[in-house]
Amino acid sequence: MKTALVEALRQAATQLPEDVVSALKHAREIETSPLAAAQLDAILENVEIAGSDRVPMCQDTGIQTFFVEAGAASPHLASIRDWIAEAVPAATEAIPLRPNTVDPFTGANPGNNLGRFMPWINWEIVEGDEITITILPKGGGSENMSTVKMLPPGVGIKGVKKAVIDHIVSCQGKPCPPTILGVGIGGGADIALKLGKKAVLRTIGSRHPEPEAAALEAELLELANASGVGPMGVGGATTCLAVHVEYAHRHPASLPLGILVQCWADRRARVQLRADGTVEVI
Amino acid sequence: MERELTLPIDEAQARGLRVGDILYLNGKIYTARDEAHLTMLEAREAGEDIPFDPGAMALFHCGPVVRKVGDAWDVVAAGPTTSIRMEIFEDRFVETFAPRILIGKGGMASRTQCALEKVGAVYTHYTGGAGALAAKRITGVPAVYWLEELGMPEAAWIFEVERFGPLLVTMDSAGGNLYRELDRTIEENMKAIHARIDDS
Repeated sequence: MKTALVEALRQAATQLPEDVVSALKHAREIETSPLAAAQLDAILENVEIAGSDRVPMCQDTGIQTFFVEAGAASPHLASIRDWIAEAVPAATEAIPLRPNTVDPFTGANPGNNLGRFMPWINWEIVEGDEITITILPKGGGSENMSTVKMLPPGVGIKGVKKAVIDHIVSCQGKPCPPTILGVGIGGGADIALKLGKKAVLRTIGSRHPEPEAAALEAELLELANASGVGPMGVGGATTCLAVHVEYAHRHPASLPLGILVQCWADRRARVQLRADGTVEVI
Repeated sequence: MERELTLPIDEAQARGLRVGDILYLNGKIYTARDEAHLTMLEAREAGEDIPFDPGAMALFHCGPVVRKVGDAWDVVAAGPTTSIRMEIFEDRFVETFAPRILIGKGGMASRTQCALEKVGAVYTHYTGGAGALAAKRITGVPAVYWLEELGMPEAAWIFEVERFGPLLVTMDSAGGNLYRELDRTIEENMKAIHARIDDS
């Protein structure tokens, strides 16, 4: 299992998922600004080099975050935390990954991407006996642009739209656009952010199963791209590759809005562990 | 306009570069993030020598991933970091060391713009996250300074580069600034976007 996790961490750092590559290629095809086109060409060349040389596509190999969908009947639940904690330092050395965990008080860096509460694991108990682990190595530049806003409920969904577009435009080139936005609505401050982060994990091109949320995704994407911020903030047609929405019911007095910003290097990998112990990196 | 330049370049050459130019560099560049900026400024103020010539090379805002293979350094990934963090001392740095080309991402603010105009230098934007592409164009690592004290990302790495780019000039010495021009366009677009949301 440790080997599979190290392999998945390598895949995440070096191979951009096919849906992201397709979205970037589409952005290049429709781009008319030569400055923006040069950015997208450099991104696509970079992705190709990283994939063929099996080296990280970005020097910021991120904080390694794990989303575990744990089948309640899996016999391996108790081992997951240890496996992840062993795989991260091994991957840091083998790939290599940049040591990115820093003590907030002393600034000390243990050099292996471990630390207090790190790597962070998000748990979700699901039916069945399989465990699916999704890895999201997320860079600091885009995470710094993520935010939560507690809107007055009276502004409604129009207020949500304005807040999302105003925010992503104010970020300009800083989160390395074209970005993927995870928009979490409702729940509470922490829940809105968590829903947003979960929404980021979805495949580009997918839509929320409910029509209102799906329509909001399409509208926000179109509006963000009408802003003209463009690839890397140099001006152009594509500011966002995708907008994914997730929501929860809210308190009558609150309209929490979590905006999760993911850079173009939308790195993800998945490991599936069956009850019989067989493992697959998908 | 696309230009291939071999470093070092002089003040007149730097003053000839304009917003919208796309540069590819040959020669030597050095990395400096927050800590290396401070270390170099403090060293100069204390009257100490800098162990390399920061005016003859391009300044690269970058915290690379580097590994040792035998006796040599191998650069694994070396894309740009967010430049605006260095705004608080970049004007002093440019005036002290006169690097003619700055490389980073996201642009910088008015203090740096003034220093570029005064000294004769440009800020160039390198594609964020293009760490593998950058590493491919780095042909050697002749030296590294303050590695022990500052650690891998913050040390000053000297890179030998070939056709390092595309570097888009976004701030020039004649007051040209792509970000300011773009801000005006985006402001106009945002008026229309808000109107559309109100009508939705």
